[in-house]
Amino acid sequence: MRRLSLFNITVVALGLAFLYLPIAILVIYSFNASRLVTIWGGWSLTWYRALLQDEAMLQAAWASLRIAALSATAATLLGTLSAVTLTRFGAFRGRLLFSSMVYAPLVMPEVITGLSLLLLFVALGVDRGFWTVAAAHTTLTMCFVTVIVHSRLVSFDRSLEEAAMDLGCPPLKTFLTVTLPLIAPAIAAGWMLAFSLSLDDLVIASFTTGPGATTLPIRIYSEVRLGVKPEVNAICTLMIAFVAVATIISSLLTKRGAVRRARDTTLGAAV
Amino acid sequence: MSEAVRKRSWSARFVVLIPYAWLLVLFLAPFAIVLKISLSQTAMAQPPYLPVLDLAAGWQGLKDFIAQLSFDSYAMLGSDWLYILSYLKSLEVAFVSTVILLLIGYPMAYGIARSPRAWQPLLVMLVVLPFWTSFLIRVYAWVNILQRDGLLNTLLLNLHIIDQPAAWLASDTAIYIGVVYSYLPFMVLPLYATLEKMDESLLEAAADLGSPRWKAFWQVTVPLSLPGIAAGALLCFIPICGEFVIPDLLGGSDTQMIGQTLWTEFFANRDWPVASAIAVALLVLLLVPIMVYERLQRRAIEGAR
Repeated sequence: MRRLSLFNITVVALGLAFLYLPIAILVIYSFNASRLVTIWGGWSLTWYRALLQDEAMLQAAWASLRIAALSATAATLLGTLSAVTLTRFGAFRGRLLFSSMVYAPLVMPEVITGLSLLLLFVALGVDRGFWTVAAAHTTLTMCFVTVIVHSRLVSFDRSLEEAAMDLGCPPLKTFLTVTLPLIAPAIAAGWMLAFSLSLDDLVIASFTTGPGATTLPIRIYSEVRLGVKPEVNAICTLMIAFVAVATIISSLLTKRGAVRRARDTTLGAAV
Repeated sequence: MSEAVRKRSWSARFVVLIPYAWLLVLFLAPFAIVLKISLSQTAMAQPPYLPVLDLAAGWQGLKDFIAQLSFDSYAMLGSDWLYILSYLKSLEVAFVSTVILLLIGYPMAYGIARSPRAWQPLLVMLVVLPFWTSFLIRVYAWVNILQRDGLLNTLLLNLHIIDQPAAWLASDTAIYIGVVYSYLPFMVLPLYATLEKMDESLLEAAADLGSPRWKAFWQVTVPLSLPGIAAGALLCFIPICGEFVIPDLLGGSDTQMIGQTLWTEFFANRDWPVASAIAVALLVLLLVPIMVYERLQRRAIEGAR
């Protein structure tokens, strides 16, 4: 049954071309010497140089990276705990509410999540800025981490844990010495996904940020609304390169298993 | 394992408590606040809002609070065509895009699931990879292509398919292109996951019994992949309804989706009660698909066990 039919090759090739062509065009035009975005003026690094002098953009990038690192770390801790709760604790009071709250943010439209978090921060009288964006991103991304770690926890051989327990290992030590090393690749993948989601988010950050904490997407967005600019092509290319390198490293680290898990996790888990 | 769990040690409770408390405070409580503000009236341009819930007054305080609740914001949603039209526009865009996504995503997922085993991880990776790159960047990439002096017009003019530049940007077509482009991985992956798991001997059996391939596909493959179709459709439909970035960057100014309307009410008009009411109404609208999605998800998790 498994043979390469012409139909299959064509469909997959066209689909992938559709996914990659716009990104490729953006990358190519970031090296365009011409100020007019659509006229090719030869290869040049002009816009990358312009970018290095764009103080506001660099500051936004730095803020984004710090928020992403902080919220990804917090989300990984909370998400791993949630996944452990969902797989290892069986039925407990409030479980239904808990699992609903874990999965709801995955599908909730961002405008609703953003608005509700902002109104919470206003109600609490918290000054908005770096910390509120980080907290909002933690809430959003911990759900993705939970899904990833959860799918790893349900798929591995439980008898290893049971063996450790039977030999008298206390639960916490079992978790740290047996379970944790086994799910470490999923935790790493979860951290990476949380990091890139936080780096990417525009809507929730716009709602929860305050004066003085502009993230990179907010900055890019305000530039893009004024029309296409070659500098924006350059910063976008850098972000794409960053993500591509990170993805390649993470897939090398976790080898082929990573692909399988990325599939189970990100979205395939829905089935 | 269950030994330790049954004991419900203090440390085990702690494990549950931390994420639970986090979600209660930062996910559930905010919705209660949205609900409350949607039922309030603006006292000034900014908070405070009326009525105020006075918990110190106890039962009487709660009764006063309920008596003073205002449904003005909701009445406004029902009477102003601006809001009704943006809800309808959102549903239309989400529905049409989901159908297009299925038409493009299904053959792709099928093609990947039927390719040699050794290739599949790479192909799946190639579909996932754009999901890791910024959403904003991927939408912006289309601005480069679709604008008046953009690449699509240049290409079509040079090929003499059109004789003057067409306005691709700021149109519904541009919204559909952007949405389909951004959500394609969300459609392909769940479909691939079910198609890949499918038992191929069923198709062989159908062939042995004389069923032509197209008929076997229609009567065996498609029904078996229904869970994937449902999951993919919901995973796309729900967030597209509330989409803000794509219609704002690629769409025209004459039509608004509900996400944009909420954004405008909140940031431009500073009418927080109406913005909250829009959010609550959108959530109610999406509650049915979200609950269906949740049920599918839970069944999948139980099935995986």
